[in-house]
Amino acid sequence: MKRLDDLEYLRLSKSQKFLYKLKIFFSSIPIWFGGLGKKIVNLFKNGVAAVKGEFVDIYLTFKNGDFKTRLSFLIMGFGSLARGQILRGLLFLLFEVVFIFYMISAGWYWLGKLQTLGTKGPQEVYNEKLDQYVMTYYDNSFKILLYGILTIIFIIAFIYTWRLNVKQNKISQEILASGKPLKSSKDDLRSLVDNQFHKTLLALPLTGIIVFTALPILFMILIAFTNFDANHNGYSNALFTWQGMKNFNQLITWTSGSSNFSATFGEILTWTLIWAFFATFTNYFLGIFVALMINKKGIKFKKVWRTILVMTIAIPQFISLLYVSKMFSSNGIVNGWLMDLGLVGLDTRIQFWDNPLLARIMVIVINIWIGIPYLMLIATGILMNIPQDLYESAKIDGANAVQQFQKITLPYMLFITGPYLLTSFIGNINNFNVIFLLTGGGPTNQAFTTSGGSAGYTDLLITWLFKITTVDSNYKLAAVIGIAVFAVSAIISLIVYNVLPSMRNEEEFQ
Amino acid sequence: MSNTNIEKKHMKQSTKNKISNTIIYIVLIIMSIIWLVPFVSIVLQSFRVESTMQVGYVIPKQWGLDNYIKLFTETSFVKWYMNTFLIALVVAVVQTLIVLSMSYTLSRLRFQGRKFLMNFMLVLGLFPGFLTMIVLYTVLKDLNMIMENAVPGLILVYVASSGMGYYVSKGFFDTIPKSLDEAARIDGATRFQVFYQIIMPLSKPIVIYTILTAFLGPWGDFVFARYISNFNSAGMNVAVGLWSWLQKDTIAQRYTLFCAGGVVVAIPITILFMCLQKYYVEGVTGGAVKG
Repeated sequence: MKRLDDLEYLRLSKSQKFLYKLKIFFSSIPIWFGGLGKKIVNLFKNGVAAVKGEFVDIYLTFKNGDFKTRLSFLIMGFGSLARGQILRGLLFLLFEVVFIFYMISAGWYWLGKLQTLGTKGPQEVYNEKLDQYVMTYYDNSFKILLYGILTIIFIIAFIYTWRLNVKQNKISQEILASGKPLKSSKDDLRSLVDNQFHKTLLALPLTGIIVFTALPILFMILIAFTNFDANHNGYSNALFTWQGMKNFNQLITWTSGSSNFSATFGEILTWTLIWAFFATFTNYFLGIFVALMINKKGIKFKKVWRTILVMTIAIPQFISLLYVSKMFSSNGIVNGWLMDLGLVGLDTRIQFWDNPLLARIMVIVINIWIGIPYLMLIATGILMNIPQDLYESAKIDGANAVQQFQKITLPYMLFITGPYLLTSFIGNINNFNVIFLLTGGGPTNQAFTTSGGSAGYTDLLITWLFKITTVDSNYKLAAVIGIAVFAVSAIISLIVYNVLPSMRNEEEFQ
Repeated sequence: MSNTNIEKKHMKQSTKNKISNTIIYIVLIIMSIIWLVPFVSIVLQSFRVESTMQVGYVIPKQWGLDNYIKLFTETSFVKWYMNTFLIALVVAVVQTLIVLSMSYTLSRLRFQGRKFLMNFMLVLGLFPGFLTMIVLYTVLKDLNMIMENAVPGLILVYVASSGMGYYVSKGFFDTIPKSLDEAARIDGATRFQVFYQIIMPLSKPIVIYTILTAFLGPWGDFVFARYISNFNSAGMNVAVGLWSWLQKDTIAQRYTLFCAGGVVVAIPITILFMCLQKYYVEGVTGGAVKG
C-alpha cells in the first residue's frame, strides 16, 4: 500500500481522497492485528520472565537472609516484629492466622467440591420423628461455586501477601545493613495521609467494586460453563455442574432443530446494532442542529428554549417513557386525537406497538425526544469554544452558512466528541430503559425461540437477558448472552479506539 | 453605484436573516409543543375523576383531586416514596464521597497499578451491569436484605460499585493545574490537606453535579429495584411501583393513579434539577469534552 506524501495527497480529487482514506483504513487492519498478536506474545514473555524473577528473588532472600528473615518465611510478620515495626508485623501475622483458620474450617471443604459442584442432590430421607419421608437438602451448587471462587481468591491474596512479607524482610535487612533506620509504625500511619494517601482513598471504593461487581461478573462468566437454570437451581430441584463449552456451542451452531438459539441470537444482535447506530447518530446530528439553531445570533429567549427541551432529562425516564408508551397504545391519546380528526376509524386505529416495523421506528423516534437535550447541551458547550475568527475569516472568503458548517463546525465537533460518540454507541447497545419501558421488547416474535419465555422485535440483547433471568431463570443462557454483549462492546471499542487517533491527525491537518 | 450595491447586499442579507430566524422560531415553537405535550397531558389526566382507565382524550370531563387523595390514602405510594427518598439521600452522600475519592486519586495521585486499575474498570464496565444481579440477590438473601428489606440492600448495591463512575469528576479534576498541589506540598502540606483544604473548595461545581446525579439516580432505577424487592410492596421504589400499576391486570383501575403518582414524583425532581441545572450542564459538557 503506497503512502502518498502531502503534496500528492493534496492533488487528489475529493472522491479520490476519500477512497485513499478508506484504503488506508482497511489495509491497516491486518497490521493492527499483527501488532496485537505481537503485544500478546510480549505480554506472555514478560509475564514468564517476571515470575522467574520472583522465584530467583525469593531464593536469594532466603539464602542471604538472617534468622529473622528466614523465620518469616514460616511465621509471617516475624521479621517486622523482631525489627521493631509493630504495626506491619501484627498485620502480616493476623492475616496468616485468619487464613490458616479459614482454610482448615471451611476452605478445604469448598475447594474439594469445586470440581463437581456438589454430588449429593436433594433426596427423600426417612425421618423417624415424623414417621414419613422428608425432602432433605445436601449440597448447594451455587454456594459451592461462590465460596469455592472466594477461597481461590483468598489463596491468591495470601500468596501475594506472603511474597510481600518476604520482600519486606529483604528490604528491611538491606536498609539496616546500610545503617539507616526503618520506618516506625507512626511513620506508616502518617504516610496514609501523605505518600500512601491513594491507598486510604481507594480502599473503600475498590473493595466495593471488587466484591459487588468484579466477583459477581467472574462468577457469571463461570456460570456460562454450567447448566444452572430453572430446572437445575443447584439446591432444591437438582444440582448443576460443569458443562464445558456446551452452552456456547448451542449459540454458535446453526441447527434447525427444536430450539434455534443462534438464529434468535443473530436477529436480536442485528437489531441491537441497528438500533444503537440510529439512536446514537440521529440524536447526535439532530442535537447539534438544534444547538446551532438556538445558538444563532438573533434568536431570543435562548435560555427558555433550552430549559423546555431539558425537561426530558429532568423528569425521570420511567414516568415519561411509560406514559408516552401508553399514549400511543390503541386506546390511547394519540389514537383518540386521530379519531377526533377523522383520520382513522375505530377499526383502523394505528397499532403503533403491534406492528413490528412501526414499533421499531417509534422506539427510535421517541428516543430522539429523550436524547436530543443531552446532545444539545454538549453541543452548545462545545460551540461556544470554537474560536470565532475561524468563522469570520471564512465569511470574508465568501463561505455561506452551509459551507461554514461543513468545514469548520462539523470537523471540530467530531474531533472533540469522538470518544463520546463511542461511549454513547456502547451505551445504546445496553439501553435497557428506553426499549423495556416503551415496548417491553414486543411485539412478540413467535419465530424467536428462547428457553420458554418470549422475545420480541424490539428486544435488545440486554432486554432479552433481563427476560431470561427474571422470567425463565435460565441463568446459564443469561451468562452466555452477557458474555456476548461484552464481546460485542469490546470489539467495537477496540476497533474505534484504534481508528480514531489516525483519523484525528487527519482532521488537524485539514 | 457601488454604494447601492453594497446596500442591496446588506438588505438581502438582513431579510435572509429575518426569514431564517422566523423559520427557526417556528421550528422551535413546534418542538417546544411536542416536548411539553406529554407532560401537560399527564398533569391534566391526573385530575380526571369520571374514570380511572386509559381513554382517548386528555382534558378531563370532570375535574377533581380524587386521584391524589387515593394516592396518599389507599395505596402504598407513600411507602414507595419514602423508600426511594431514603435511598436517594443515603446514596447521595455515600456515592459522592466514593466517586470524589476515586476520581481525585486517579486524577492527581500517581501510583503503581494506576493504569491497570483504569483499564480494569473500563473492561468491567463493558459487561452489562445486570449480570451481577443474580449473585447479589443470593448474597443479599442470606443477609435478609431483599423483599421487604430491600432498601438497605439497594443502598448497598448502588454505592458499592459507584466508584466506577469516576470519568466526569476525573475530567474536572484534570483541569485544575497541578502547580497548586505542588506549591502546597512545598509548603509542607500532606496530600490529605491538599485534597481537603485546597482542591475541594475549588471544586464546588463538580461536587454539586456529583451529589445531584447521585441523588437523582435511585429515583429512576427500575432494574435493580425490581429484582431485589421482587415485587414485595414494602420494599419497592416508586419506579417499580408505578410500573406495576400499568400492567395489563391493573391498568384499568390504576391509570389515573399512575398519572397522579407521576406528577408527584416528577415535580420535586424537576424543580431540583432546574435549580441546579447550571452545575449539571457544566458537568455534562466538561466530562463529555474531556472524554
